[in-house]
Amino acid sequence: MTARIHLRDKEFKVRSGMTIRSALLKLHIQPEAVLPTRDGELLTDDEILQERDEIRLIAVISGGAY
Amino acid sequence: MKCRKCGEKAVIHMRQHKLALCKNHYLDWIPKQTQRFIHDNKMFSPEDRILVAVSGGKDSLVLWDVLSRLGYQVDGLYIGLGIDGGNGYSAESRRFTESFAAEHKLDLITYDIEEHEGLDIPTAASMTRRGRERPCSICGLSKRHIMNRVAIENNYDVLVTGHNLDDEAAVLFGNTLNWLTAYLQRQGPVLPNRSGLVKKAKPFFRFYERETAAYALLRGIEYMYDECPHAVGAKSIYYKELLNRLEADRRGAKLSFYLSFLRAKETMVFNSGGDDVELKLHPCTSCGQPTSTPDLCTYCRTWKEVRDRRETMLEQGIES
Repeated sequence: MTARIHLRDKEFKVRSGMTIRSALLKLHIQPEAVLPTRDGELLTDDEILQERDEIRLIAVISGGAY
Repeated sequence: MKCRKCGEKAVIHMRQHKLALCKNHYLDWIPKQTQRFIHDNKMFSPEDRILVAVSGGKDSLVLWDVLSRLGYQVDGLYIGLGIDGGNGYSAESRRFTESFAAEHKLDLITYDIEEHEGLDIPTAASMTRRGRERPCSICGLSKRHIMNRVAIENNYDVLVTGHNLDDEAAVLFGNTLNWLTAYLQRQGPVLPNRSGLVKKAKPFFRFYERETAAYALLRGIEYMYDECPHAVGAKSIYYKELLNRLEADRRGAKLSFYLSFLRAKETMVFNSGGDDVELKLHPCTSCGQPTSTPDLCTYCRTWKEVRDRRETMLEQGIES
């Protein structure tokens, strides 16, 4: 009963059945700092993780300054 | 979660606005909001010639896309910094920028620092005391100088940048931690023009960073995903992370922090102790751009030091 979450070159295994937001908070990933996608489609973070889900997170924080 | 406008499946939930939208309504919402921010803050009008500083990252490319969709006369400026960092950072950023410009038939001005100054940013930084560890100082200084110069020389009315709310809140946080009142007075979504300094505007100052990223993804805009290799460990990123932790517990905290600062500024809270807002400016004796420092401006002085140092090193037979 696991889903996988990918962020850059890292992979996390989490229990399915919880929301993406709960999974992110458990993993200490700030929900504001990422966008969750499945098969390239953007998702809201209240989406319930299904078994064998592969969620890719797009990091949105950028640094540097003009 | 369903789209508030049509009931279709939502693709984004903006907790601070209690607003969820589907793809189509989101792609419609961003330009409409941008137009509102431009109008409410008197940033520019359709008659103005606008120059957008484009780095190849999501914010600046999305800004260029949105402004051109809104019908503004907007050209791009890309500044080649010569940063490699193991991932060909500058070369890749330039590729994304040029391909966006070509695809959308937009005009792009490219300014390569090495071509003009003889050295790229990392090499130049290695020759200054402050820049050896981190080239961000000379990089920021050079970009600000070049953006203004190109805008003035090419008769643009406004220079716009893709700064988003997370950028602005992080800068505000840093300035507040140290009570840098002179910086606090100058921070805002619009900086009016002064003699020799072009008007500057930040039309995305109210969008969260994830919102511009979501727009890029949904609109199919390809951008430089990797960060500048020198930004790793930057204070601005640390402040953004802290603010995002706050946002997770208190939705809207970032937006409220920044907007309440702007309101406080209007009531002159920060204006009593400021010392350099009305600094007297005079033309730099080398480039002619306005400066408050005597003789040379900071840009010309810094690059002169870099060239002098390089000459000395070459004379001593030291390779940079």
